[in-house]
Amino acid sequence: MRIGLFATCLGDTLYPDAVKSTAVLLARLGHEVVFPPGQTCCGQMHVNTGYQREPVPLVRNYAEQFGDASIEAVVMPSGSCAGSVRHQHEIIAERYGDAALRSGVATVKAKTYELSELLVDVLDVTDVGAYFPHRVTYHPTCHSLRMLRVGDKPLKLLRAVDAIDLVELPEADACCGFGGTFALKNADTSSAMLKDKLAHVTGTGADVCTAGDSSCLMHIGGGLSRIKAGTRTLHLAQILASTRTAPHVLTEAAR
Amino acid sequence: MSSTFLGMPAAPPRSPYGSGNLRGDEKFPKAAHHELRNDQLRRNLRKATHTIRGKRLNVTAELPDWEALRDAGSAIKTDTMNRLPELLEQLERKVTEAGGTVHWARDADEANAIVTRLVAATGSEEVIKVKSMATQEIGLNEHLESQGVRAYETDLAELIVQLADDKPSHILVPAIHRNRDEIREIFLKEIPGVDPELNAVPAELAAAARAYLREKFMTTKVAISGANFGIAETGTLSVVESEGNGRMCLTLPETLITVMGIEKVLPRYEDLEVFFQLLPRSSTGERMNPYTSLWTGVTPGDGPQEFHLVLLDNGRTAALADSVGREALNCIRCSACLNVCPVYERAGGHAYGSTYPGPIGAVLTPQLAGMHAAKDDPNSSLPYASSLCGACFDACPVKIDIPSLLVELRHQNTEQSGRTVEQAAMKAAAAVMARPGLYTTAQKAAGLGRVVAGRDKKITRLPAPFDGWSESRDLAAPPKQTFRDWFASDEGRATLGAAAREGAESRAESATPATDDSEEQR
Ligand code: SF4
Repeated sequence: MRIGLFATCLGDTLYPDAVKSTAVLLARLGHEVVFPPGQTCCGQMHVNTGYQREPVPLVRNYAEQFGDASIEAVVMPSGSCAGSVRHQHEIIAERYGDAALRSGVATVKAKTYELSELLVDVLDVTDVGAYFPHRVTYHPTCHSLRMLRVGDKPLKLLRAVDAIDLVELPEADACCGFGGTFALKNADTSSAMLKDKLAHVTGTGADVCTAGDSSCLMHIGGGLSRIKAGTRTLHLAQILASTRTAPHVLTEAAR
Repeated sequence: MSSTFLGMPAAPPRSPYGSGNLRGDEKFPKAAHHELRNDQLRRNLRKATHTIRGKRLNVTAELPDWEALRDAGSAIKTDTMNRLPELLEQLERKVTEAGGTVHWARDADEANAIVTRLVAATGSEEVIKVKSMATQEIGLNEHLESQGVRAYETDLAELIVQLADDKPSHILVPAIHRNRDEIREIFLKEIPGVDPELNAVPAELAAAARAYLREKFMTTKVAISGANFGIAETGTLSVVESEGNGRMCLTLPETLITVMGIEKVLPRYEDLEVFFQLLPRSSTGERMNPYTSLWTGVTPGDGPQEFHLVLLDNGRTAALADSVGREALNCIRCSACLNVCPVYERAGGHAYGSTYPGPIGAVLTPQLAGMHAAKDDPNSSLPYASSLCGACFDACPVKIDIPSLLVELRHQNTEQSGRTVEQAAMKAAAAVMARPGLYTTAQKAAGLGRVVAGRDKKITRLPAPFDGWSESRDLAAPPKQTFRDWFASDEGRATLGAAAREGAESRAESATPATDDSEEQR
């Protein structure tokens, strides 16, 4: 399959390893990965902070970059960016766009997937041949869970990983407190939510806390680093990309 | 001096916003900051919300048609809002036919004045009250007090709040922020003649309140209630409750005055079938609420012989005019969204500064009372009091898409705010991101963040407006290479090529069964 990769601005700039792993994983599964270099950002931060006129060019750019019919599916290692494309781009196009934008948005929306959705629903794989001999706990991010409804797809993928020690995260479906600019505008409440999430994560004794969103992992990882918990964060793609031939080497976690 | 200029028709008058207890003194982040320090409140909230959450999940999961019920509830409410004027007139007609009197109140002041006049006409200086959010919204108790009428709350939790001269912090459990020791203290201080040996055990506390309230029920001639539902078809009003104190108020006094928000009307009697299932399961996590009272006007010789219905607008028409925001009027005040909300669980109800706290409060309050963004109105901070986690949407029995409404209100807020620093930053960010050339330059600049990182590649302090982040979180130093640079590099190509070959080999292996023969051929 010819798959367009949307790196997301955060992934491209700050967390490239998660995007690399996504590309590597898809290549290993026998797919052609295309990266339209004109891509930038989905505009989610703008919309979620209340700005709908400003991101119109971003919505248009996304539709143009991935509109090509030769791209059969678009994937991104982020539940919230996929959620933005699928749930918000139409609203923006409807309100501030033109007819061309509305139809462009509808076309790309229909082929846009978050990583676990692409793997399980479109490519029909749960065992991706990964090897990861570490204790892992999975945090289902809110937008994956409640906006995209990915359900247990990420867990199915993780369960099939060779040598993994997957431990359940208590109160897993509770928000970690990130929420984009919420973490800045309501820093105290956000930190209080994070504190409880960190207690649950460290309670599992996991080496790694994983999720499908680099943004939430930035938040949880930033908290784990501050309390020197000895647990690190890794994107789901990085676990799935790790194999016996090319295993992921864990970095030293702050203790 | 536009009165002399007749060429242009004036804009139709906007429905006025509501008044009353729909605005706090400070913005949410600040209010939450204070509340977060209250450990007792945090513990109580956590315990109470988690208990109700569990109960609700059990009783909603057991119904095979729960999702269909939610759809029905949503459809009935949406239909109601679409033809609210005609339904309200029908309700007025039916209540009048049944011997009641209907009054229309545009805002809190009008409603308070009407109720005060009606009470004065009875000659009573005391009223008993059923728990009612509408009267809390308009500040009725305070107004009556100022007019020399004493109002007694009869719902146990409301009574605790009233005796402590406190404010409710939860729609359904107004005293959720108090524990039994505190309640004992309040009773000892405030209930005349209470046994000084009173223990902080629920049964003893309830008995003390019961003795106090029974006397009020027997002696007070006027009651004031809210309403959960008002049926246009029949003129029937309904209150659902747990304690039976509401039933006492609704049946014992001579005069009953009901204050109902206009959005509480339902078209048909049979619609109750849907809501009597949705409401208790969503609110208290019970299959049925213990007391359901229904009354239609006046029944000679039975119950109150005088019945008044005060229909309260107080900003509801303004909310109805907003095609997106009007969905918030579908709310049946079950409080499920509060109980699942991670923000409410931490900050508590008082931080919202309104009669309506939690996720629904964050959308309803600004709609009813406005959020005058340019004037630094506390209400303008409410739509941001959410991480948009979506738990409220999943819990809502009438499927109100609260996260989308919050995003919509944030948009309305930025549109009203005019030029702000934040808007300039957002504009600049969008301008950069819309042009790949500028974007890659900006990425390189972001990479310079490495210089502020410590040896351990961590950034532990950030400048405003990001300082809130670094209070409790580190930030990893930006990587040396962006993804796009890696993808275009020799290393990137080589890595992807190797991965493709590894995959192809392992697929070939699993396709050909590994027999001794094939081993030899290698
Ligand atoms: S918004 Fe929905 S969940 Fe929240 S109180 Fe209203 S009906 Fe209940």
